[in-house]
Amino acid sequence: MIQVKGIHKSFEDNHVLKGVDVDFHRGETNLIIGSSGSGKTVFLKTILGLHQPDQGQIIYDGEVLSEMSKQRAKKLRQEIGMLFQGGALFDSMTVAQNIRFPLEMFSEMTEHQMDERVKFVMNRVRLEGADSKFPSEISGGMQKRVSIARAISMSPKYLFCDEPNSGLDPETAIVIDQLIHEITHEFGMTTIVNTHDMNSVLEIGDHVIFMKGGLKVWEGNSSEVLKSTNEDVEEYVFKSKLFKQVRQALR
Amino acid sequence: MITNFFEGIGAYGVLMTKVFRKPDRWKLFYRSTIKEIQLLGIDSIGIVVILSVFMGAIVTIQTAFQLSDDPLIPTYYIAMATRESITLEFSPTVVSLILAGKVGSNISSSLGTMRVSEQIDALEVMGVNSANFLILPKIVAQLFFNPLLILMSMFLGLWGGAMAGDMLGLIAFQESISGYQLEFIVFENVIYGLIKSVVYAFIIGSVSAYSGYTVKGGAVEVGIASTNAVVRSCLAIILSNYVLTDLLLN
Repeated sequence: MIQVKGIHKSFEDNHVLKGVDVDFHRGETNLIIGSSGSGKTVFLKTILGLHQPDQGQIIYDGEVLSEMSKQRAKKLRQEIGMLFQGGALFDSMTVAQNIRFPLEMFSEMTEHQMDERVKFVMNRVRLEGADSKFPSEISGGMQKRVSIARAISMSPKYLFCDEPNSGLDPETAIVIDQLIHEITHEFGMTTIVNTHDMNSVLEIGDHVIFMKGGLKVWEGNSSEVLKSTNEDVEEYVFKSKLFKQVRQALR
Repeated sequence: MITNFFEGIGAYGVLMTKVFRKPDRWKLFYRSTIKEIQLLGIDSIGIVVILSVFMGAIVTIQTAFQLSDDPLIPTYYIAMATRESITLEFSPTVVSLILAGKVGSNISSSLGTMRVSEQIDALEVMGVNSANFLILPKIVAQLFFNPLLILMSMFLGLWGGAMAGDMLGLIAFQESISGYQLEFIVFENVIYGLIKSVVYAFIIGSVSAYSGYTVKGGAVEVGIASTNAVVRSCLAIILSNYVLTDLLLN
């Protein structure tokens, strides 16, 4: 479980996060939605510890991030998997080397154990046969799957995903969403997904947070989001023609 | 501008304190270093060979042209002067300046691309000291291989000079070899150049890495960083050359 308490973050005069409180539960896919500039990415990076909050606390399973020793903070990083918007795969390494990298860096596994683990996670994300390919030789959807495989190779307790569907066709986007949802439940991870995609919200949103102007303005789940009476949420959710029609149908 | 300069020096210092730490995994460090030696060192041999041979030839022709007016000066003086020029300045400094262009832009653009494509963020999120993991092998590879390249350059420069002198009828090959050996001082003609080459190797590796690692933005900024890496490395080499020449020869 990750608890965020009263987080504030500014960059010079730009007050990006203005006191966000939220709890992210274990085994749930937590989605953060909101328009561009709402502070989602800064929020995610602050929870990850890539930005230092000006005020407030981030608590990982009872441990306050800012109060952790350097060693504990480093250990915590090994319990975190991250799926970046662009995949962030190491382009000088093959698919298998990318997935193997965290194991080589941090685990005490033997070569054989590492090979087995790589094989297992590659099968889990349905990447069989892509081991020796380089990231530039595979499709965007496959790159995302490699990124997921790398993120879960160390069996993380927490999974962070920044816009996992950006640049993907709707069909592949659903595959990636479902994969994230499945592994969250399967491995009992606390997953936080930053997204613009309403399909993702409806598909996998166990817990949805809507952000606007650096504040959390609504919280619920995928079935509640379409019924929300919050003006900001309505404006965001029902912006597209498709969702306007969905609203009419719901009424 | 002055504030930016000092801020840059400070940021460079902070980055170096992150770079010079014990690697998390020695096995990965050795593997990366070998790869960097191939990429930054062995792949530079070709340009160093061509550059050094022709540089030696040109210096011999120029020296012969300057000394040919005076019939009292023995021809082996052409070889002696060529040797001094090659070993003291041309091989260590000029070759390093060329390598600052080739290797420096490579280091900066590869790190810059990793930065803008979030590969460095990915390492940081995993808990890897990205500066140490990415930059230290490049600096070590440079420190190890640059002196070898400079030694090779000295030898090839002298050989190119002797060949050109012989082919153009300026000085016989054997006379060049005798001239090279005359009043040869190991410290002045070899060690001095190697000391310089180690300092330049550190400058090329670290300054270029700093330019690439600290990129913010996209492809345009990576290009700018690459240019900055070359300019900053060249300036640092020239300035340190001035200081080293004064320190080592006086």
